[in-house]
Amino acid sequence: MQALDRKLLRDFARLWKQALAIALVLACGVAILLTGLGMYTALSETRETYYERNRFADVFVTVNRAPERLAVELAAIDGVWAVETRTTGNTVLDVPGNPRSVTGRILSLPIDGTPRLNVPVLTTGRLPDPTSTTEVMVNANFAIANGFALGDTFSANLNGQKRQLTITGTAQSPEFIYTIGPGALMPDNATFGIIWMPQPAVAAAFDMTGAFNDVSLKLTAGVSRMAIIAEVDRLLDPYGSLGAYGRDLHPSDSFIDAEIAQLRNMASILPPIFFGISAFLVSMVMGRIIMLERSQIGLLKAVGYSNLEVCLHYLMLAGLIAVVAVGIGWGVGGWLARLLAGQYAQYFDFPFLIFRTSPWVYAVSGIAALLTTTLGATQAAIKAARLAPAIAMQPPAPPKFKRSLIDRAMANMRLSQPTVMILRSLFRWPVRSALTTLGLALAVSTIVAPSFFDYALDKIVDSAFYESNRQDAMLVFSHDMPQSVLSTTAALPAVLQTEGQQFHPVILRSGIHEKRTTIQASHPGTDLSRVIDSTGAALDVPPGGVVLTERLAMHLDVGIGDRVAAEFLGGRKETHILTVTGTIAQYFGLGAYMDLDYVNSLLRQSSRISLVNVSLDDAEVLDLHARLKDIPNLVSIVMMSDTRRSFSDTIEQSIGAMNLVYIIIALLITVGVTYNGARIQLSERARELASLRILGFTRAEVSYILFGETLLLSLLAQPLGWWIGAQIANAMANSFSSDLYNMPLVLHPAIFARASFFVLLASFASVMLVRRRLDKQNLVSVMKVRE
Amino acid sequence: MLVNVFARMLCQAHGRAMEPAKGATHVAEIVFRTQDVTKVYGTGEARIYALGGVDLELFAGEIAVLLGPSGSGKSTLLNILGGLDHATSGRVWFRDTELTDLPDRALTKFRRDHVGFVFQFYNLVPSLTARENVQLVTDVSPDPMPAEEALAQVGLTDRMDHFPSEMSGGEQQRVAIARAIAKRPEILLCDEPTGALDSSTGVQVLEVLQDINERFGTTTVIITHNADIQRMAHRVIQFQDGKISSVVINDERLAPSELVW
Repeated sequence: MQALDRKLLRDFARLWKQALAIALVLACGVAILLTGLGMYTALSETRETYYERNRFADVFVTVNRAPERLAVELAAIDGVWAVETRTTGNTVLDVPGNPRSVTGRILSLPIDGTPRLNVPVLTTGRLPDPTSTTEVMVNANFAIANGFALGDTFSANLNGQKRQLTITGTAQSPEFIYTIGPGALMPDNATFGIIWMPQPAVAAAFDMTGAFNDVSLKLTAGVSRMAIIAEVDRLLDPYGSLGAYGRDLHPSDSFIDAEIAQLRNMASILPPIFFGISAFLVSMVMGRIIMLERSQIGLLKAVGYSNLEVCLHYLMLAGLIAVVAVGIGWGVGGWLARLLAGQYAQYFDFPFLIFRTSPWVYAVSGIAALLTTTLGATQAAIKAARLAPAIAMQPPAPPKFKRSLIDRAMANMRLSQPTVMILRSLFRWPVRSALTTLGLALAVSTIVAPSFFDYALDKIVDSAFYESNRQDAMLVFSHDMPQSVLSTTAALPAVLQTEGQQFHPVILRSGIHEKRTTIQASHPGTDLSRVIDSTGAALDVPPGGVVLTERLAMHLDVGIGDRVAAEFLGGRKETHILTVTGTIAQYFGLGAYMDLDYVNSLLRQSSRISLVNVSLDDAEVLDLHARLKDIPNLVSIVMMSDTRRSFSDTIEQSIGAMNLVYIIIALLITVGVTYNGARIQLSERARELASLRILGFTRAEVSYILFGETLLLSLLAQPLGWWIGAQIANAMANSFSSDLYNMPLVLHPAIFARASFFVLLASFASVMLVRRRLDKQNLVSVMKVRE
Repeated sequence: MLVNVFARMLCQAHGRAMEPAKGATHVAEIVFRTQDVTKVYGTGEARIYALGGVDLELFAGEIAVLLGPSGSGKSTLLNILGGLDHATSGRVWFRDTELTDLPDRALTKFRRDHVGFVFQFYNLVPSLTARENVQLVTDVSPDPMPAEEALAQVGLTDRMDHFPSEMSGGEQQRVAIARAIAKRPEILLCDEPTGALDSSTGVQVLEVLQDINERFGTTTVIITHNADIQRMAHRVIQFQDGKISSVVINDERLAPSELVW
């Protein structure tokens, strides 16, 4: 090993604390890049492969009842590669040992074997016998959650008939990677399952012989999906179509899509921040090292090392920081990826999710880290290379200070000399001061930005579950029922209160804007499922009008008093013009609300409802479940109390973990910036401070000069950090808001206080670490050291 | 005239190194030559003339002491001779090579191949041991002696693996000398080599320099403001206000051990 290389390694060993402080910040960038990019590619590639292999359809449509012959016409549409018609329906299951009622989604399997599209992957067992009326295959997670083995049985309420079904196999399907039951907010495999059953049995049960109610289409490459959707709608509209839609609106796919987009954002937004801070820290530290090693640089040149060799020597010193950072980053990134993989395994049901991070992702993150330190060190290294040897040998000229307006102002304020020293140094190196402030502000914002989630979700839960949807359960029926069903349900055990509601899928249009959504219609004065206006008061929608959620109104570009066209899907597909009478802030979905009687009169139908909201007496809930399993036409029970609890639990877990990660990151940034800043201050001012000590200043007074600047910058960074954090939070709230959720921006003062607390504490601790060095310094030896 | 007398003297002193060609006049080789060299720092009113027109020749194998008060231009001249700095005007030759306008790259090569430096404050790399500090030079020189040999020359065989912080000032300076001679330089440029040392340690260092000069015939230039040191030199070049005020040839040189200050 060459002597210069030894110097490199020893210098690095000597600087290890500073190097580590930087390397940890850089490692965050590497780890997040590795995790984000790695998971992004893994998830999107796995999804693509899964869809490709199992022929996941491109277009989906639900109809009321269409004759089988239409399949041929659909297949004849130009650009359609394959058509799969099915009979599907929801049903209430009675699972032995499970006192609660479970919802099952029944899908028919073609008589000639496996489906052509959305092909399920057999996990265990076999497909049901096509001629059997009792054999079924269920999704694997449902079987696991309910402890089913092959050959086990459960009963299902099939169109009013209770039937015993036997499990012959378990499967996974590209349609149900994210399996979410009707009305649920999170997947719950114990209470929602997919049931594949041979076509004849399903057709008989749902009275669909010679007909279908669900179509999937796969298109040939390069065709216009919009044109095909229009053609499919034209063919199926007469049969009560709810309108064809593409993969982008498919519930399972859109959840995965949202996750993939989030990973992409994570990989593209966060790492550059860490790389930027690291580059700044490297440049600050390397700049100082080169100042301190002036005479060594002069010597190296005097003995014949070229400018390039000197330049490379310092770039390699910075490069070693990158090497450490990459080591840590890859380790942590691997761990984070496993953590994330665990989460995905919980929510996403892939048969072969590959969580292997490809080598190029490692390469990209490694090269990015190396580029960062190189970039940070370049200025210092070039300065070292340019340093004329004769000048390098001489002690550096004292930094130039000039009297300015600021000095005059300070003189007028009669500040103490130590304070003047602090302020003068701040203004003498404005770029360094500004970047230090910015670095610390970013640390503050790192805590502020994601903290709003906690409060926002509290607000969502409060608004959704305690203000609007106060029912304990929703009873969903297979089709609209007469009002009399209310009295039937009222007689069930545990039911204290019942209210009917009608759900209607619609397409709302205004000018060029249109949105597919559901109109929820109820009677005035309902108490269980309410529409809440911005003042928090319950709102009754007047007849003739429609109340929209603010996001929906924004999407349609309408305000109060404007008119929208509502095409009621299914049935006769009528379009009615409605006046927007109000808008409400609502955090789940893009709802639209109407008066129930008005909807009935508009559609010229007798009074009817699609679901019953009930409030329950907890003590008798199990009795209710036992009875619900036997009620004909009931297809699903949504236990709002379960939804509420699982939502809160999930949020609490993930938000808690996320906040911890961000606090750690903020601490790493703070320590990286303040520790290095203070160390540099100490090395720059060692002689000056030793002189002051010799003159009779106390340790505390000297520490004040040394750390006043760093701590003053930490304080200045707080409001800036709050502001940046609020901006990032706003951007995050917007990016998280989708048709599924509307994320409110709740910036509680406690968020800012907490962020500042952590950052100031970390600043202070870093500074105290450096102060220990100051205390240990031998005054005489410091004075003897030649600059 | 003066030059010829001096050259003959040198030939007697270094019979081996200065073996003249048959039939040739006994004239020592000129290693360095400067012609009206000036060096100006700063601009406008703040201009400082560090060198105000210096003409000088240095001969192979001699020990030349540059004597003068602080700020008289000794170090500036040394830096220019050693290729660490450029003159503002005038010309400088190393043998037949004109250094005056050499680009940076060529000056680096010149230093690497021909010049050894010794500084007042040793300028050792604190993170490297004595041996490694010497290797710093041997790694990049075309024909170096082993680092151990160089350290043996300065009597530091048993201190080779010590770090600078573990050595006395005299030892550190001897490491610096070992580092300077390890490349077998033709010229050794020493800027106040004893300036930071007490007199007995200083004498040891000067003994090493004289020993090197005698054994290897290395042209040695020593800057000092210590007038006593001049008595070990072949020639003493006195500086005053950026100019050479006198050049004296020592008829009788003293051994460093005989010097007292």
